[in-house]
Amino acid sequence: MEQQFHIFPVRATTHAWQVDLLFFFELTVSALFVALIAGLVIYLSLKYRRKSPDEFPPYTPPNGMVEATYTIVPFLIMMVMFFWGGAVYVRARRPPANAMQINVIGKQWMWKIQHPEGPREINTLHVPVGRPIKLLMTSQDVIHDFGIPAFRIKQDVLPGTYSTEWFEATRVGEYHLFCDQYCGDLHSQMIGRVVVMEPSAYQAWLAGTVPDAPPAVSGARLFQSYGCVACHGQRAPTLAGLYMSQVRLDDGRTVLADEQYLRESIIEPAAKIVAGYGPIMPSFRAQLTEEQIFDLIEYIKSLGSARDNSVPGASAAGPQTRPSERPVNGYRPDLLPDQPPARQPPAYNQNLPEGSVQ
Amino acid sequence: MTAIPLTPDYAAPETYLNSSHSIRSWLLTRDHKRIGILYMISITFMFLIAACGAGLVRINLLTPSGILPEPSMYNKAFSVHGILMVWWFLVPSVPATLGNFLLPLMIGARDLAFPRLNLASWYLFIISAIMILGVVTFGGIDTGWTFYTPYSDAFANTRVTLAVAAIFINGFSSILTGLNFIVSTHTMRAPGMTWFRLPLFVWAMYATSLIFVLATPVLAITLTLLGIERLLGIGIFNPALGGDPVLFQHLFWFYSHPVVYIQILPTFGIASEVVTCFARKRPFGYSMIAFSSLAIAMIGFLVWAHHMFDAGISPYSGLVFSLLSFAVAVPTAIKIFSWTATLYKGSVALETPMLYILGFMGLFTMGGLTGVMLATLGLDMHMHDTYFVVAHFHYVMVGGAVMGYLGGIHYWWPKMTGKLYSEFWGKISAAIIFIGFNLTFFPQYIAGYLGMPRRYHSYPPEFQVYNVLSTAGASILAVGYILPLIYLFWSLKFGPEAGRNPWKATGLEWQTSSPPPPENFEEIPTITRPPYAYDMMAPPAVPAV
Amino acid sequence: MTEHIVTERTHEIHEHQFEDRLQQKEAATLGMWTFLATEVLFFGGLFVSYTIYRHRWPNDFRQGSLDLKWYMGGVNTAVLLVSSFTMAMAVHAASIGSNRGIIRYLVLTILIGTVFLCIKGCEYYIEYEEHLVPGLNFAEYKPRPREMSTVAREFDKFDDWFNEHVSPPRQKSDQRTPGQELFFLFYFIMTGIHATHMIIGICVMLVLIWMAKREMFSAKWHNPVENFGLYWHFVDIVWVFLFPSLYLLRNP
Repeated sequence: MEQQFHIFPVRATTHAWQVDLLFFFELTVSALFVALIAGLVIYLSLKYRRKSPDEFPPYTPPNGMVEATYTIVPFLIMMVMFFWGGAVYVRARRPPANAMQINVIGKQWMWKIQHPEGPREINTLHVPVGRPIKLLMTSQDVIHDFGIPAFRIKQDVLPGTYSTEWFEATRVGEYHLFCDQYCGDLHSQMIGRVVVMEPSAYQAWLAGTVPDAPPAVSGARLFQSYGCVACHGQRAPTLAGLYMSQVRLDDGRTVLADEQYLRESIIEPAAKIVAGYGPIMPSFRAQLTEEQIFDLIEYIKSLGSARDNSVPGASAAGPQTRPSERPVNGYRPDLLPDQPPARQPPAYNQNLPEGSVQ
Repeated sequence: MTAIPLTPDYAAPETYLNSSHSIRSWLLTRDHKRIGILYMISITFMFLIAACGAGLVRINLLTPSGILPEPSMYNKAFSVHGILMVWWFLVPSVPATLGNFLLPLMIGARDLAFPRLNLASWYLFIISAIMILGVVTFGGIDTGWTFYTPYSDAFANTRVTLAVAAIFINGFSSILTGLNFIVSTHTMRAPGMTWFRLPLFVWAMYATSLIFVLATPVLAITLTLLGIERLLGIGIFNPALGGDPVLFQHLFWFYSHPVVYIQILPTFGIASEVVTCFARKRPFGYSMIAFSSLAIAMIGFLVWAHHMFDAGISPYSGLVFSLLSFAVAVPTAIKIFSWTATLYKGSVALETPMLYILGFMGLFTMGGLTGVMLATLGLDMHMHDTYFVVAHFHYVMVGGAVMGYLGGIHYWWPKMTGKLYSEFWGKISAAIIFIGFNLTFFPQYIAGYLGMPRRYHSYPPEFQVYNVLSTAGASILAVGYILPLIYLFWSLKFGPEAGRNPWKATGLEWQTSSPPPPENFEEIPTITRPPYAYDMMAPPAVPAV
Repeated sequence: MTEHIVTERTHEIHEHQFEDRLQQKEAATLGMWTFLATEVLFFGGLFVSYTIYRHRWPNDFRQGSLDLKWYMGGVNTAVLLVSSFTMAMAVHAASIGSNRGIIRYLVLTILIGTVFLCIKGCEYYIEYEEHLVPGLNFAEYKPRPREMSTVAREFDKFDDWFNEHVSPPRQKSDQRTPGQELFFLFYFIMTGIHATHMIIGICVMLVLIWMAKREMFSAKWHNPVENFGLYWHFVDIVWVFLFPSLYLLRNP
């Protein structure tokens, strides 16, 4: 990592120069204004220095033109800054569709990183250069923040929900990773590094890591062991092709089945009930860790794009064009447990357990 | 200004200071001037304690691994520093000391509308101070002054409930002060004192009081909910129990952004008074300055989520709040330009209060412009929660509010005490503070843009240079703050008599004796002239009414 | 006590910082209005948080509203409105200078206010029995069927009849979600803070009664009664917002 003395941080992503350019503009404008005010103050204080203790200068009439100028000019400059800053920001908050997703869990006081191909890391993030990367992040306890100064990005990592940020690295090297939201005693030790590598080096690194089941396979195992397979596909909505489809709920709303929706469906299933089904699913909040939830979500995403189970005719988002990460280490997606094709939802109240009140 | 020798047959007039000497007459006073002095002593004490917190912070940051043995000690140090400085120094500083002392004098009244409520305000402040000092002594508080959940409600092991209770009571003190000022300004102005003849300090105090009254209750309810959460172990803001931590942030910042305007608007009022007096000119754009105070107060209620751009709010909200944050910068810029233009064709004397205020103008401009940078969405993503933010708010709060407060203290010291301080030491201290301040906080801008996060007990070695410079500056700044304590105190006993109007200023407070009598004026004046009519004061010197 | 000045012109008594009694009256009234503005913001924070959570957990909050006794809340609303009427009568009595009238109507207001607090207390007790108090015994909360005291069971029969014949049936879930506890948390906090304001109001009324007993009010000066009337009406208005928000939003 660059340890030598710096005045200005290195630029390591496509976004960084946009931020720096905007910063230099604002710095220049600010410096000019400070110089203007300071210069005027010094000049006027000296030129109109008091010459005798009883000097009381005569009345100076007001000048509307000057007042209007120093109201309108700053306002216009502010608007330029707002629009420019807004544009940079909006671009930074919209990951490209082909971004590779890496999952991040923050907890006091470490970062756990899960690559889609399988490897897990602690406090270090290896990424290939020249490829858009999207981070999907959550926290296990308090609010943290995944901040990379060389990339000019940061985003708070919240418990109970997912947040995202994205970048495309342009410079090979190692960069600081900081937790940028105070989170307790060892907040200042919740740091790490982001290692940007050439694509070939990245592949070599992937191959060289300890073989670990890709998250989708772990997710498949969880799906079996927690009994999800018992309901989903028969009395519960099928999950094939669910990811990123439009789902019609029992109160008439339609929502997008993104990661946030999938997580909520596992943790608080009663919050959104799919149309035509009852509120039977128990909550798995107490049984699953955030890593396991990530694994299950990866598994559901791997179920691809069979016909979706929402209202017939509703537009599905189609198969998500995820970058082809052929899982390394010999795991084969065709060996994953399959999901039955979509069926007509059962009649209302058909399968409610005994004793539940209408 | 010649000193009046105290000859044996010269009977000093009855002033608010010498009318009675017992402790009881001070602790049960209903005189706004005495209450102002009581506040001044109390907040100076709290400032010194909060400054010790800052000292610990800066000493710790001398080395990358942190000098304090435990990170939790550091976390408590910066939390205590922030909490005490915000609520027990900055918020009451100008309103409760100078505001209490001057508002009735400036509007030509004999006291505030509710003197007993005023005393109650001070007692609430003292009770809350005792509580927070209890927190500091027994266990500390390590959540930062922002108390973000879920850390503060479910994970912190420090005295969170007692701390929020102390802040709650402090909030009541603020609300009552603001209420008193609003009612007094509306109903107790002297005959002929129309709104547009009021000194700009009164306009500033009025705008500040609006914020006191409307923003502080939201803090009160937020902290109440936080306290209940901690006591009962339930989840109002804790996501594990169904709550929303971002809701806490919204509620917290709804108050805490306006509170920074509470901290700076009164100083803007001081600047208007000092610049006009030491340039001996009417303010350039009186109405603009008056209305801009109200505009800042009102727009200031609409910008809170600019503290939350990276907190998980939607990009659309981000755009709205960024736009409004830029809008609030415009009235502020108007003031800076207006004060600068007031110097034009004036008669400028660079005495101590003026030095403080000119320094305030420069430093506040720098701090304010970096605030504009932070309001720029694309930049905030990089600079949020780094030392850039720390530098920004110290420039506006220390370089701005504290320097302005010191300028005000030096300007009205002769009025409050009847004594003059040493002009030489005043100028020296102002210079030392200016230099020490810049050395402390300018390197933090650079460290912040480089990415050094705030609230870090230890940091990577490449940031050490900036931290060492900053700590060096802090020690100079400390000297600069201690000097006024010494020479101002010294002037109480040994300073020359000030006389009624040593600066030859306009304003009703300068028409009564120094110090003023308990009833403020022998006779309530009737106002016929416009405010700041310095051009009408050409010799022979005439009273400003 | 206070330093009073009697001015030659009008022989009125006013505090030393004011020029005359009219200025004192204006200041006191503006002061009360400003204080009420702070109260609006105080309760406003609660209402905003409640609304946001209601949006977040609509089913649970609706369930919670069903578990509350709307008829008790309804009676309380009527009680409080009557107390506002008696308060207005007290202010009227003050304006015509009748100290006895003031005492009479303030005593009535206190009694009616106490009735409100008693009904509220009964409600709290019933909710305690039904395990609806977060932090105390919510762990055993289950939406029906559940343990009920005899008193509550009787009320509940009426409620069941009402729900069956008047409002459409709702679907119940056997699962506990955080939203259920949050609803009751807000219920207790909001009504608790409201009740605290009422208790403070009752204490102030006792002081006003004491002042009226000493014939301190007259047609020319009865400011404290008027200003307190503002406060009491405000407390009533807060309840008028609380009642529908908490009790009445119960249909799908």
